[in-house]
Amino acid sequence: MTKRLLSLRVNGRSHDVAAADHALLVDVLRDSLGLTGTKQGCDGGECGACTVLVDGEPRLACITLAAQVEGRAVETIEGLAAPGRMSPHGRSEGRIPPRGDGPQGQGGRMSPHGRSEGRIPPRGDGPQGQGGRMSALQQAFHEKLGTQCGFCTPGMVMAAEALLRRVADPSEAQIREALAGNLCRCTGYVKIIESVQAAAGVDAGPPQVDSPPAGGGRRAAAVRGQP
Amino acid sequence: MSSGMRYDDASLKRAPAPPTHSIGERTPLVDGIEKVTGRARYTADLPLGATLVGRIFRSPVAHGVIRRIDASRALALPGVHAVVTGEDFVAPYGVIPIAQNEWPLARGKVRYRGEPLFAVAADDEASVEAALAAVDVEIDHLPAYFAAADARADGALLLHDNKPGNIERLVEQDFGDVEAGFAAADLVLERRYDCAEVAHGQIELNATVALWEPERERLTVHSVTQVPYYLHLTLAQTLGLDTSQIRVIKPFVGGGFGHRVEPLNFEMVTAALARAAGGAVTMQLTREEGFLTHRGRPATETRLKIGLKRSGEITAVEAEVVQRGGAYGGYGLVTILYAGALLHALYKVGAVRYRGYRVYTNLPPCGAMRGHGAVNVRFAFESLLDEMAAQLGLDPFAVRRANLIDTPYRTLNDLQVNSYGLPQCMDAVERASGWRSRRGRLPAAPGVRRGLGLACSHYVSGSAKPVHWSGEPHAVVNLKLDFDNGITILTGASDIGQGSSTLLTQVVAEVLLLPMARIRVMATDSMLTPKDNGSYSSRVSFMVGNAALRAAQAMKRVLVEAAAKRLEVQPDDIDWQGESCCIAGTDRRLDFAQVVQAALADHGTLTIKGAWSTPPETQGGKFRGAAVGSTAGFSYAAQVVQVAVDEDTGAVTVEHVWVAHDCGRALNPLAVEGQVQGAVWMGMGQALSEETQYHEGLHLRANFLDYRIPTIAESPPIDVTLVESHDPLGPFGAKEASEGALHGFAPALAAAVCDAVGIRPHELPVTPDRLLEALHARRRDERLQARRALAKGVS
Repeated sequence: MTKRLLSLRVNGRSHDVAAADHALLVDVLRDSLGLTGTKQGCDGGECGACTVLVDGEPRLACITLAAQVEGRAVETIEGLAAPGRMSPHGRSEGRIPPRGDGPQGQGGRMSPHGRSEGRIPPRGDGPQGQGGRMSALQQAFHEKLGTQCGFCTPGMVMAAEALLRRVADPSEAQIREALAGNLCRCTGYVKIIESVQAAAGVDAGPPQVDSPPAGGGRRAAAVRGQP
Repeated sequence: MSSGMRYDDASLKRAPAPPTHSIGERTPLVDGIEKVTGRARYTADLPLGATLVGRIFRSPVAHGVIRRIDASRALALPGVHAVVTGEDFVAPYGVIPIAQNEWPLARGKVRYRGEPLFAVAADDEASVEAALAAVDVEIDHLPAYFAAADARADGALLLHDNKPGNIERLVEQDFGDVEAGFAAADLVLERRYDCAEVAHGQIELNATVALWEPERERLTVHSVTQVPYYLHLTLAQTLGLDTSQIRVIKPFVGGGFGHRVEPLNFEMVTAALARAAGGAVTMQLTREEGFLTHRGRPATETRLKIGLKRSGEITAVEAEVVQRGGAYGGYGLVTILYAGALLHALYKVGAVRYRGYRVYTNLPPCGAMRGHGAVNVRFAFESLLDEMAAQLGLDPFAVRRANLIDTPYRTLNDLQVNSYGLPQCMDAVERASGWRSRRGRLPAAPGVRRGLGLACSHYVSGSAKPVHWSGEPHAVVNLKLDFDNGITILTGASDIGQGSSTLLTQVVAEVLLLPMARIRVMATDSMLTPKDNGSYSSRVSFMVGNAALRAAQAMKRVLVEAAAKRLEVQPDDIDWQGESCCIAGTDRRLDFAQVVQAALADHGTLTIKGAWSTPPETQGGKFRGAAVGSTAGFSYAAQVVQVAVDEDTGAVTVEHVWVAHDCGRALNPLAVEGQVQGAVWMGMGQALSEETQYHEGLHLRANFLDYRIPTIAESPPIDVTLVESHDPLGPFGAKEASEGALHGFAPALAAAVCDAVGIRPHELPVTPDRLLEALHARRRDERLQARRALAKGVS
C-alpha cells in the first residue's frame, strides 16, 4: 500500500502526514494527529459525530478523504478551545453572563460549580478554572447541559459553530435544520437547542459570512452546506 | 503558600466564606468541560501506544452445528498474532447466575446470524482482514426460528436442551380473586398489543482495549461497560483467571441505555486475544456489530384484559405477555418478571393474573433497555385504560384518579410504596397542557387533525435485591482527604453520561457545606475504587447517593471532632460552615485547612467509607421471582402528548410534550430535566419510528439510516415539571429520574392519535404506513357501510 505525504492545515497548524490515498480524514485526525476529539459513531455518514469544518463548512470526516482537504483549512473541536482564543467581543472567559430568568440570575444563588461563592476562597482572582478559553458554544453546551454522555458533542458543536458563523442569531428552525445530520441519543435535543440559542445570544453581532439581504431580516439568512 | 501560612492570622481576619449549598442547584456536569472540548477520552481514544487490531468473525448461519474452524492458514499469514475460538474459554457466562448459557465465541453450535465465531489479532486492518478470510469454517445448518410462535410450536428443535418448548422462563403470578374481580366490573375489555423490537443506539461504538502482561500474567481491560465489576468477575470466569490477576477500567462512556449492563462477548474476546497474542489488543466494533450484539427491548405481544367499575375503579387485571428473547439468556428472565411486576403496581388494583413467556429464538439476544421490561406492558395497560374510560364516558385523568395509592402502601405483589407523587404529576400536566380548555378544540387544517393524549408511568430506583446476591452492602463509597485539602470520592459507580459523578460530588459537597471545586471524583477502576454493581435499573442516585451521603457524614464527624479538640471544646459546640467552623456563638474559628491539619495530625490521611443497603421491607415478597420489581423507592410520571396527524400520509408529528416526573427531590434540577427529556424522547423513538427487522435472521436495519432514531428536526419541545415527594429512604429524599418517564410516551401518543383521528394504534411503532393502512381500512369500512345502508333503503 503506497502512502504519500499530505500537507494538512488543522486548527491553524501545518502538518505533513504520510497517508494512503484512501485514508479517511477521521482516521488521519485521530490516529496520525492524535486529535481524538473527533468521534466516529457509525459505519459512514449516518450519525454526524465526526463533523469537522473544512474552510468553515461542516463536513463528515468519516466520508471525506484526507487527500481531499489538502491545502484547505480544517477545524476540529480541539481548535475551538485552543490557547489564546478569544470570543469575538473580547471576553476572555467565554462565559455566558447570568440571565435574569433562572437560578443563575442576579438575584438567585449562583451555581456552586467553580465560580463566585462556589469557588474555594483563598485562591485570589486568577482565571476561573479550565473553562476560561472555551468558545461560547462550548461554554453554553457545558452550562446548559447540551451534553450528557458527550460522544455526539464535538460533532454537534462543530455543526453549530458553522451555523453561527453564517447566521449570528438563528431561528429555532434554522438550528434544527443545521443540526439535523447530528444524532444525539441522550438529550432529546431540547437542551442542545437551548445551548445554541444561548451561545448565539452571547455572540450576537454582525453575521460573519452571509449578510442578510436588505430588508429581508436576519432570520432570512441562508443556511447551506449541511452534511 | 507554605503549610506554615495556615496559621497566618491574615487568613482568620478575612470574612469567613459562607457555607456552600450544592443540592437543588442547577449544576453542570463535573466532567462537562472535557466533553465539550474534546478532551474526554473514551475507550477508542486512549493513548495506550501501539496495539494489535482485533476483529471478530460472525456466523453467517442462524442455527447450526460447528463442524470445523481451521485457522492454520490464517496463522501462517504475515502480521497475524492470534486466532481464538470458543475453545479458548473455560466457562460460559450470563449476567444472571442461573442462566449462564452463552460463550464469548460460539462453542458447538451457533444460534443466531452474527454470533461471534472466532477472532483474530493482527498488526493492522489489512492483515486482520486477510486473516479473517483465511480461516476455514464448516457449519451444518439446523432449522431456525425467527418468531416466538414458531420456536414454541410442537416439534420445534430446542435451542438449549434444558429448556423445553424453547421457553426460557414461564412466569405465573396470581394475586387476589381475578374471576370475582371481573364479575364485579361494569366493563371488561380485552385487547392485544404488539411492540416491535428496539435497540439502544448509544452513539459510541463498542470498543475494548485489553493488555496482557505475559511476565506477570496480568490483564488490564478498558471497556465501554456500564458494569465494570460484573465484567471483572466475568473475565475471570470465562478466561479461567483469578480475579486478582485482572484490572478493569471504565473510561468515559458514550451512553449505555442498557446495551452495556451485562458483560458483552467482545470484551471477553478482546481479553482472550490479548492473552493469546501476549500483548495489547484494541477492538472497535462497527455500528452493524453493535446492532448484532443487541441486548435491546424484545418484540412483545401482550394480551391484556381489564375490569372497570363505572367509577373507573380497576377490579381485575389479566395479562399474557410473550417476549421474543433471542438466542441466549442474558437478562431475559428478569425482563419477563419486570413485565409482570410493574404491569399493575402503578395503581391500586383489585386482583391480578399474569402469565409471562420468555422465548428463545434464532435472533440476536435481547436484554435490558431503559425502562427494562416495563415499557411495552405500560403501553398496553395505559392504552386499554384510555379506551375503556372513553367507553364509560370517563375523562382520562378521572379514570386514573379513581385508582390512586395512599402511602405507605404494599401493592398486591408485595412492593413497598413509601412516596407517591403521581397525583401531583397529573395535576401538573393537566394544567401545563391546557387539557381542560384545549382538548377537542385544537385547530385542524385540511387533511390534518390534532389531538391530546395522557399516560402515566413509574419505575424503580434500583432493584432492592442485586443480581449478584453476595450479602455485601448494595453500595459503598470511599472518601479520601489528604494534605492537599482536597477530597477525592472513590466510587465504582459508572458515569455513562447520566451524571452520576456530578451527583455524588453534590451530595458530598452538601453534607460538608464545601464548594464542589474542593471535591473530585475517581471512578470505576477496579484496582482503586470500591466495588459497585453498576449503572442500571436507576440504582445509582438512590443507592450510591445514600452511600456517599453516609461517607460524607462520617467524614464530617471526624472533622468536627478534630476541630473541637483543637479548639478545646466538645463536638456539639462546633458550628460547621464548610470552609470554616467556629465555636458556636463566638468568633473563635478555624478555616478548612486548619481543620484538615488537625484531623491529619490525629489520624494521618483520612480514608472514610460509607455504605448503604436497601431495608428488608423493600426487598419484595416471598413468592418465586418476587425480588424483581422490588425497590426502595418508585418514581412516578405523567405526560400529555400533542400530535398532528396527516390523514393523507399517515404521518404523525409530535408537536409538544408536557411531562411531570416525581423524582423525590431534584438533587440537580438541570440534570433531572435532561434525564426526563431524554427518556421521553427515547419513548418517542420507539413509539414512532424505531424497529429492528430481520430476514431469515439477517438484520436488515443494522445502521442509523434504516433504524430510524429521531433527529433534531422532528423532535418536539418537552416541558418538564419536577414533582418532589421527598422519599423517606432516598438521599435528601431523591428517587430515580432517568427511566420512569419513558414508559408513558407511547400510550400517550396512541391516545393522542385516537383523539385526533379516532383510530387507536395497538401496534408500535406507529409508522405512517401502519396508520395509513388503518385510515384506509376505516374509509373502506365506512364506504361499505354506506353502500349497505343505501341497498337496505332501496330494498
